[in-house]
Amino acid sequence: MRKILAITTMLVVLSIVLTACGGASTPVSGEPITVVETVVVTVEVPGELVVTEPQGYGTILARVKERGKVVCGGRTDLLGFGYLDASGKNIGFDIDLCRAVAAAVLGDPSSIEIVPLTAADRGPALQTGEVDLLSRNATWNSKRDAEWGNFTVTMFYDGQTFIVRQDSGIETLQDMDGATVCVTTGTTTEKNLATAFADAGLAFEAVTFEDTASVYSAYDEGRCDVATSDGSQLAAIRLGLQNPDDHKLLGFTISKEPLTPAVPAGDDQWLDIVKTVMWALISAEEFGITSSNVEEMKASENGDIRTLLGAGDDWGYTQLGVDADSLARAISAVGSYGEIYDRYFGAGGLAFELDRGPNKLAKDGGLLYSPPIK
Amino acid sequence: MSIAADKRSGRKIPFWRDERALNAAAQIISAVIILGMLYWMARNFSEISKQRGMSLSYGFLSEPAGFPISESSIPYDPTMSFGRAFLVGLINTLNVSVLGIILATILGFIVGLARLSSNWLVSRIALAFIELHRNIPLLVLLFIWYFAVFNRLPSVKESITLPGPIYMNLRGLYLSWPRLTETGNIFLIFVVAGIILALASWGILRRIREKSGRETYYFPASFGILVLIPLIGWFVAGGMPLWIDTPTLQGFNYRGGLRLTTEFGAMLIGLTTYTAAFIAEVIRAGIQAVQRGQIEAAKAIGLKNPQVLSLVVIPQAMRVIIPPLISQYLNLTKNSSLALAIGYQELFAVGKITINQAGRAVPVFLMVMATYLALSLLTSWVLNNYNRRIQFVER
Repeated sequence: MRKILAITTMLVVLSIVLTACGGASTPVSGEPITVVETVVVTVEVPGELVVTEPQGYGTILARVKERGKVVCGGRTDLLGFGYLDASGKNIGFDIDLCRAVAAAVLGDPSSIEIVPLTAADRGPALQTGEVDLLSRNATWNSKRDAEWGNFTVTMFYDGQTFIVRQDSGIETLQDMDGATVCVTTGTTTEKNLATAFADAGLAFEAVTFEDTASVYSAYDEGRCDVATSDGSQLAAIRLGLQNPDDHKLLGFTISKEPLTPAVPAGDDQWLDIVKTVMWALISAEEFGITSSNVEEMKASENGDIRTLLGAGDDWGYTQLGVDADSLARAISAVGSYGEIYDRYFGAGGLAFELDRGPNKLAKDGGLLYSPPIK
Repeated sequence: MSIAADKRSGRKIPFWRDERALNAAAQIISAVIILGMLYWMARNFSEISKQRGMSLSYGFLSEPAGFPISESSIPYDPTMSFGRAFLVGLINTLNVSVLGIILATILGFIVGLARLSSNWLVSRIALAFIELHRNIPLLVLLFIWYFAVFNRLPSVKESITLPGPIYMNLRGLYLSWPRLTETGNIFLIFVVAGIILALASWGILRRIREKSGRETYYFPASFGILVLIPLIGWFVAGGMPLWIDTPTLQGFNYRGGLRLTTEFGAMLIGLTTYTAAFIAEVIRAGIQAVQRGQIEAAKAIGLKNPQVLSLVVIPQAMRVIIPPLISQYLNLTKNSSLALAIGYQELFAVGKITINQAGRAVPVFLMVMATYLALSLLTSWVLNNYNRRIQFVER
């Protein structure tokens, strides 16, 4: 008798556990009265379970609204792009893009949650929908677009270059024949490096780490002759080395690195929302809208400006299921593209000074260009 | 009333009180639950990957990998396939694990014996070694070895030069290393033959001694064979069958010779010392499990101390030592996956890069899991066989 009791207890516990796994969406009919019935329940439960919702049109926005937060894949260790301020708050160029999206869809730029990701974890985090937005200086390329998710609008045009010691005598790629190169694994950088050296018929030895901090620590100690990454990243890293003045960046690039926020595949609505927010930041600079003059600009004589700020025609917000003034909120929260850039990379910026180079508006000779928002 | 009594009284036992029926039912129920859960997991898994558009095929293995790997025992460059890269990672794992297991066993034995030494200082040093390594996480030890020790070595141009010549700098250890010339293959055949014959004579002569009790001088005889045959080979081959590959400084690095990178060095030392601390405790437990009477009896029949250890204590201690030792070997192999933190590119590190560069998380994780599982099962199988052989033979 004791044995039957034990088995029954075990089965009841198991069925409760399995039912609990099923969540509220799985109704379990019938109380476990006898051993036989309980068994039937435990077997039936598994087949009906679908743990995660499909990522179809509209699911991400619904999820974000329900949660009251935009979950962004970011980083906490790259000066200028994603780092922590003195009080431990996430700040940076990439973080501001996330804040802009949160301001647009939820009305509050601080309704964000930053999930710190290593370079190698970015793809899986996007594929599994763990993050709503990947804003972690990720390079856009066709393969990632096909495999990871959807890339939105390039917000930072960068190129891969090298950091070397001043006294190493390295100026060109050819000077680096046989050099030891420190690089982060799971990056486009890693592949560009291999391609560039192979195309030039040069030999090299790679020392790779998953953690960016380890890469530059090894370089700083002299384990490598050079380290390679995107120019902006190396500029930030140089300042963190023991003697920044002993190091310099080389004056050429070996790749195109369009750093672009990305969203999970399968939800066109969310893709369009994020794209429009990015365009709005660029448009704002084109129109001279800043975080401080948004309200005045709503009464602008220019119809396109009024439309952008939600005080004119529908720019598509009804279809996208967001508020008319969502773009205005994004701009007033983080400012125009130029304001964001200058906040971190301008003269006297929070991070370090970096020439805008290709990251100027198209009308100023750069590559930034927004489709009309109307 | 017992079942037997029920039987005797001729009444039919209801099935819910028949122990055999209950046992069978319990088996069937657990099987159904386990299979059901497995089915549910597999189904969930395949459905979700379909939804997310994640490919589960292994076709990518033949595509070019495109990423460099720091060190490789087989030729590898980024134009080769993901499959090849995976193989490089596997070989790197095997290199560090096999060497680590051998060194950790030797060090563990020494420390374990030292721990039992009657010399107070020796035993305390062993204790300090064990406690230090057992109580610090392996990852921390690896970081210390890599960043605080190996990365503090002098730069290439200021390398430490040891006789040999051996060069040591923060890029690694460069040894002068013998390599085969054209006639080297003949020499190599003789060396292999010498080793095989020496092992055979060792086994045969020992068995003769055990059977007849006559001294057969098995040790000097097999050692002689081991030296003599390669020596003959040296002269048969003619010329110089070997040449010494000496490292020389060219450009940024030393070239030639045998090179052990600092990543490999830190990994090997970290794994070896960490595991040796655990093995030392296993050895100590094994030796202490041998009854004192055995040692006293051995001494009473006039065996010397080393003989007591090698003929009486160790053989009996091995029976206790082997099973936990297997776990330590498995741990060492699995712990080698921490190498990705210090840039040694073993199986898991290569797997993680592949996941990122090929965008195939699930197939790669399955491959990595299967490989570690196969390695562990193989290690257990080999050692379990050995364990069976050394157990008491009951006559």
